[in-house]
Amino acid sequence: MRIDDKGIVDRTRPVRFRFDGIIYEGVKGDTVASALLANDVRLLGRSFKYHRPRGILSAGSEEPNALVTVGRGAGAEPNVRATVQEIYEGLETTSQNRWPSLTLDLMAVNDLAAPFLGAGFYYKTFMWPATFWEKFYEPLIRRAAGLGALSGEANPDRYERAYAFCDLLVIGAGPTGLMAALTAARSGADVMLLDEDSSMGGRLLSETDLVEGQTGPDWVDRVLAELRGMDNVRLMTRTTVAGVYDQGTFGALERVGHHRAERPAGAPLETFWRIVARRAVLAAGALERPVAFRNNDRPGIMLAGAVRSYLNRWGVAPGRKVTVFGNTDDAHRTARDLVDAGVHVAALIDSRHDAPDSSDYPVFKGATVSDSSGRTALSSITVRRIGGEERIATDCLAMSGGWNPSVHLTCHLNGRPTWRDDILAFVPRPGAVPGLYAAGACNGVFSTAGCLRDGVRAASEALRDLGITPANVTSPEAENAPYAIAPLWAVPGRGRAWLDFQNDVTVKDVKQAATENFRSVEHMKRYTTQGMATDQGKSSNVTALAILADVTGRGIAETGTTTFRPPFSPVAIAALGAWGQGKGFAPDRLMTSHAASLERNAPMIEAGLWYRPSYFPRPGETTWRQSCDREVSMVREAVGVCDVSTLGKIDIQGPDAPEFLDLVYCNVVSKLKVGRVRYGLMLREDGHVMDDGTCARLGETHFLMTTTTAAAGQVMRHLEFARQGLMSHLDVAISSVTENWAQFAVAGPRSRALIDGILDSPLNEADWPFMACGPVRVLGVAGRLFRISFSGEHGYEIAVPARYGDSLFRLLIERAEALRGGAYGMEALNVLRIEKGFITHAEIHGRVTAFDIGMDRMMAQRKDFIGKRLARRPGLIDPERERLVGLKPAGAVQEMTAGAHLFKDGAEPVAPNSQGYVTSVAFSPTLGHMIALGFLKNGPARHGETVRMVDHLRALDTRCEVVDPVFYDPEGGRVRG
Amino acid sequence: MRITCPLCGERDRREFYYQGAAVLLERPAFDASDEAWDGYLHLRDNPAGKTRDLWYHEAGCGAWVVVTRDTVTHAVLDCVLASDVASGARP
Repeated sequence: MRIDDKGIVDRTRPVRFRFDGIIYEGVKGDTVASALLANDVRLLGRSFKYHRPRGILSAGSEEPNALVTVGRGAGAEPNVRATVQEIYEGLETTSQNRWPSLTLDLMAVNDLAAPFLGAGFYYKTFMWPATFWEKFYEPLIRRAAGLGALSGEANPDRYERAYAFCDLLVIGAGPTGLMAALTAARSGADVMLLDEDSSMGGRLLSETDLVEGQTGPDWVDRVLAELRGMDNVRLMTRTTVAGVYDQGTFGALERVGHHRAERPAGAPLETFWRIVARRAVLAAGALERPVAFRNNDRPGIMLAGAVRSYLNRWGVAPGRKVTVFGNTDDAHRTARDLVDAGVHVAALIDSRHDAPDSSDYPVFKGATVSDSSGRTALSSITVRRIGGEERIATDCLAMSGGWNPSVHLTCHLNGRPTWRDDILAFVPRPGAVPGLYAAGACNGVFSTAGCLRDGVRAASEALRDLGITPANVTSPEAENAPYAIAPLWAVPGRGRAWLDFQNDVTVKDVKQAATENFRSVEHMKRYTTQGMATDQGKSSNVTALAILADVTGRGIAETGTTTFRPPFSPVAIAALGAWGQGKGFAPDRLMTSHAASLERNAPMIEAGLWYRPSYFPRPGETTWRQSCDREVSMVREAVGVCDVSTLGKIDIQGPDAPEFLDLVYCNVVSKLKVGRVRYGLMLREDGHVMDDGTCARLGETHFLMTTTTAAAGQVMRHLEFARQGLMSHLDVAISSVTENWAQFAVAGPRSRALIDGILDSPLNEADWPFMACGPVRVLGVAGRLFRISFSGEHGYEIAVPARYGDSLFRLLIERAEALRGGAYGMEALNVLRIEKGFITHAEIHGRVTAFDIGMDRMMAQRKDFIGKRLARRPGLIDPERERLVGLKPAGAVQEMTAGAHLFKDGAEPVAPNSQGYVTSVAFSPTLGHMIALGFLKNGPARHGETVRMVDHLRALDTRCEVVDPVFYDPEGGRVRG
Repeated sequence: MRITCPLCGERDRREFYYQGAAVLLERPAFDASDEAWDGYLHLRDNPAGKTRDLWYHEAGCGAWVVVTRDTVTHAVLDCVLASDVASGARP
């Protein structure tokens, strides 16, 4: 029911929205909860386990009951708190966990079975038989219990991530936070003020007390106006600080798009902020706690402070005949505000015998509420006092068991809060988060005047800590009533009294846990699931442990709390993972030849982040093998062109560069002549192969190293470590130039003709033997030429600055085609190298040594190098190790597979009998049969032996012959010729 | 977590690559004992308290740094260039 002249919502702007298909009208500024209450809708959902009717408990993000699904289709969002969701024109919401409808929920039979469904039910009941769990119990439970459901489709919405830095982060913009921000802002500090609500002001928007003679909302507006006028202040609403991390780092979720039908172009739904603050003031306020009594979960039973919020902020009376139940003077404010607004208050029940009197409504002192009734909403309560029990008709009960300071964030770095007997609540331990100062209600200060003062105090301390002199700020006059509270956790009696509304945990469950010796608070939590729902027990944890303390005969301080962990309130994984999907997770690295390759219909394959052409199909070719075979033959017989720019290129310069290279390569590079290239092998310190590549000496003090595509980053890191950490006395500089140069392999008997055609002056045969390198001019552009080969043919690699890559590639292909050659892709490159027995990371996979790949003689004797000492360990040079071999079919074998294992001919193909494995396989068009590389125990001594190749995954069992890994041109005549 | 790179200033730890204990800077001589090499390569302390590890400012200046931090409080106590430690300019 809307009350005239109450509230700060805009009555002139009606907003229509749907709940369960019915159109309701609210006003601008309403939440789904306030608008439904204004329409006298009190039943919003069904509980998790027992399907009990549930309504609205609170007016904030702690809401356990009023969860709805917002939207429909792929983007539908389940478990949205109706107390947080603002309404907008066309908003669509639906209730959850009910069938067939909210008022007639057949699953409510669970409630009748309640005696069997208490704490530990799952553990005790579903012990056997084991297969029943998967097939029967779990599907059944999942159907019956639960909250909202996801659509099962990909989330179509956009999420962002952002970063911010400030001197002082103020968390919460109630009276405390506003004064803290004002103090810091006037002192000249760089301030961020964040609040999870849609409007700043905290409780000042919900109370009728005056601040400096102004209403709360007016005073808030005045302070905000001053803050907005200062350029050292950033204000953010709808932004929840969800987690606290080391060194002043905070994670915060900004809800950018949830409150409007249309978003500005490009705006995300949510933004996840990482904020680094030199200091922080926590002004998170406090959360009211319910009282546990029989049937305290009926729609219409709400928190007393929430009733004031709906009345004073949204102008809504949650009932026509309201009762109030509490144990503090604070509860009396609710009754007074209701009476002032003209709402009938039927009774105030105060558990304290010395409660204050009222002339406006009956006060039951030393009394409690012991039960409630009503089918889908509250119709009456039972009041118990010394004389006996009586029923009072009421449609709304405002209850308050006191307030819990929101200490959550102070516990995220493992800090434990301290119990205070005078306010019956936990408060933060000072210093629990370095650089964070708790102030106001979250620090156990409950009066408005006290909060205003504490905000100034905390900000001043933080500023002084930063070396900033705090401005002299006087805190305004305001309500300053003492907080008088008597213990009231649970009203004794039969029946079920609810603690955790969201997970359906009762007082009885906690007692049951203690009886079964789950007496530690952490054990009780897990046994009963208390506090493990999406609200993380914000309104119930303290009450639950107070009851546990009582039944175990310990104090609350001794019982302690469970651990509060991030996030403070739910954060979508999509927001945390913003930019972490698709191209944000794996950006594309494209070679300069990319467009030209696509124009030639080359399918691209991923190589790390790079995309490389698989093959270049020609008309009439219908399978990749046809194209691949043709490209291999083209290189062997004419000329092929392949973009090899993805290989890592590292520029190494300085007078000590030769000495440096001798440390990182296992072979000697320092003796290399200028204008020559050498193959280099790099080991890890543990003696295993890290990477291989070429090293070209471009000048006396200038080298260019290439790495494999996959290991480029790792090698760069390794070189920097060797340079800075092991050889810091050397005068050498290294720099990655991978992306600065486009480099193309030109290979085949006609490569010389092709190269000569694009150089400004043809090559002089004598100056360019195999493994020569040097500067060249390519059609007027300064480039580099290397006479190296990964195919076994006479070949070159030609490099030009990357901006010329595209045009050079197109030119090379065009001219190669005129020579009956053309471009070749990864498939052909792989076949060519296997034919030559050249290794890649399929072979040097991290567990092989130089000895294993037959390169032990490369390891220099007369110098130290990384990996030298440990490569000599007996286990790494044992001839019985699995060592590199070639494999070819024995007989009419059609297929060989990489990953297959090798066994002695006749041996049973089981793991203990494995003699080795296959790493690379190709069909060789040059030789006309399959060929493979692999590792075999004592392989080099077993050439000519027939072994069994078994691939258990692909059901392949065949025989092959062990041969030398170099299948083609073992003398190397072609590459030198 | 924030690390103050001696060259770039205070940065988010995501800019850094984590390697491991700073022991890696104390590479034994080639002819050192097997035990010395075993210790260098394999044996690591697992302290509750102060520890020194190597980080690489991969998304920054490329400096290898030695970070002193407390594994219990997560406090980052110090950050110096690995090259300064290796050369003996810093302890």
